[in-house]
Amino acid sequence: MTGVQQISGPAVALDRRDVDTDQIIPASWLKLVGRTGFASGLFSAWRADPEFVLNRAGADQAKILLAGANFGCGSSREHAVWALQDFGFQAVVAPSFADIFRTNSISAGLVPAQVSEDGSARLFAALAADPGAEVVVDVAARTVGIPAAGIRESFDLADFAQWRLIEGLDDIALTLRHEASIETFEASRSPLLPAVPQG
Amino acid sequence: MTARLFDKVWDRHVVASPEGEPALLYIDLHLVHEVTSPQAFEGLELAGRKVRRPDLTLATMDHDVPTIGLDKPIADPLAAEQIKRLKENCAKFGVTLHALGSIEQGIVHVIGPQLGLTQPGMTVVCGDSHTSTHGAFGALAFGIGTTEVEHVLATQTLRQVKPNAMAVTVEGELPAECTAKDLVLGIIRALGVGGGAGSVIEYRGEAIRSLSMEGRMTVCNMSIEGGARAGMIAPDEVTFAYLEGRKHSPRGTEWERALDDWRSLATDSGAEFDKEIHVDAASLRPTVTWGTNPAQSVSIDDVVPQPSANVTPAAQRSAEQALTYMNLTPGTAIRDISVDAVSIETCTNGRIEDLRAAAAVVRGRKVHAGVRALVVPGSARVKAEAEAEGLDRQFTDAGFEWRSAGCSMCLGMNGDILSPGERSASTSNRNFEGRQGPGGRTHLVSPAVAAATAVAGHFTTPGDL
Repeated sequence: MTGVQQISGPAVALDRRDVDTDQIIPASWLKLVGRTGFASGLFSAWRADPEFVLNRAGADQAKILLAGANFGCGSSREHAVWALQDFGFQAVVAPSFADIFRTNSISAGLVPAQVSEDGSARLFAALAADPGAEVVVDVAARTVGIPAAGIRESFDLADFAQWRLIEGLDDIALTLRHEASIETFEASRSPLLPAVPQG
Repeated sequence: MTARLFDKVWDRHVVASPEGEPALLYIDLHLVHEVTSPQAFEGLELAGRKVRRPDLTLATMDHDVPTIGLDKPIADPLAAEQIKRLKENCAKFGVTLHALGSIEQGIVHVIGPQLGLTQPGMTVVCGDSHTSTHGAFGALAFGIGTTEVEHVLATQTLRQVKPNAMAVTVEGELPAECTAKDLVLGIIRALGVGGGAGSVIEYRGEAIRSLSMEGRMTVCNMSIEGGARAGMIAPDEVTFAYLEGRKHSPRGTEWERALDDWRSLATDSGAEFDKEIHVDAASLRPTVTWGTNPAQSVSIDDVVPQPSANVTPAAQRSAEQALTYMNLTPGTAIRDISVDAVSIETCTNGRIEDLRAAAAVVRGRKVHAGVRALVVPGSARVKAEAEAEGLDRQFTDAGFEWRSAGCSMCLGMNGDILSPGERSASTSNRNFEGRQGPGGRTHLVSPAVAAATAVAGHFTTPGDL
């Protein structure tokens, strides 16, 4: 995974709340066994509508998705994140995210930028006025801005998540620094706990 | 100092809490299935890592397995490849697999409890959001993404920021005809589809205590539909009676020691929660969803609500979008809505009690002309048990299809789908747009209402028949 400091480019505004992962990537796409090849599945049901935001001119160049509250609710499929990345998105900006989606985003290097409801409304309004405007997501500063409109909103992102995104770190390697603690813990686990028979 | 059930389970699993980092939490049971694991196993292989604790890992096939024609090769080449990949990965990494054809195969969240592998006080994870089901035993159980699946396979731990603890207290008695499904749909309506975000819910109160273990699993299963990280219920005599004698439950003196431990898990009196909501069980009625998220539901006696009944403009717009997709007009009586399909199934409502409740309704009756109805047991064992009780004949005599175990029509990965525009009454957990097939319209209901609706051809309760 490569690290990400700052993302700038055009954005797509998807003005809906509670966008679930079944919309982001329908279940029929989950049969693929790799992490790529999901771009055409992204929002595929909604893309059947020629007026859908992802069908507008220039949407294929977008790097940032602006969306409503509770983005990514529903299933745990990380494929939703992979599909957004495959399409070209590097950040999603929303007033809130579903828990598993947020974790999956950080795991895969997609920036989940949680802005205030008011901040989100200002960003939507600015993009409505100038749909091609450049949007800048600064991971280090934890801000998302539209320079041409003079807007800059701060976003929430936990320190550890920020560090992982910027450094592009392998989480397993980080955890294995604590291997001695894991071994100590395992030695003290209750013998009453069940185990799956092997072989 | 007082502690909550959630704190007690959390605290006993913290491996390390490094300064400035989320805690490292030990995982007691990791359930694996074919859809969210291939990329994780591939990651392990590329990095030259092993599965740290195959003895705490169990795999099965459920999401895209066929539930019909098991004697033939799997027709869908992509599903066949995914299932083959799971077999190869389990063989390569030494993970026990309950494959298609095994009596222990079934939906992950049905087989864990059934085997007695899910026990109070444990941590349970799976690459599936309905892992919250296992919280019914007083376990801390939650869904994870594929990168986390790989992390658990490699380290048997997860990095977790400690969520908030929320109490959902349900006092009173559930009215006749109301089930655990109606109760949890009522809770989600009160909570909102994102209301539980960042929280682990503890379900408490008289109405929760009165539920069977299977009913408690239905409630905890849908915690994620209110946005919660997990749902938990303190273990009690109902829990212990369910667990006693199961394949992996402790025995003899170990059983007695385990009971002492499990009894210590309940939330201490006087402990406070970060947030608390109250639901009056007596106010509930059999419930039907009308929209495209599980919080959009009403009593079966009610009508499709006006979008203007919502407080915020965003919620109004969401209701309008849902009604358009569902092709429903506000003011229509729920009982006047006809269905094309009925499915009784899933990790929410595919256990033996669910099948018994539905069979009791259809016995001696016929599925309405033009309605396609199917029953998909949650596991191969549930199927065998139902057949031993003659439930399969009651369903097939009424005109239902009787299938083998799997997730089937809940998410339609195995080809069991609605056609565009078709409407279903389903005992599943998600009424999202296209969840049961592109253009399909799903209404979530209890097994009893699903069965009665199959007979009437429109939404109805067993009492109406």
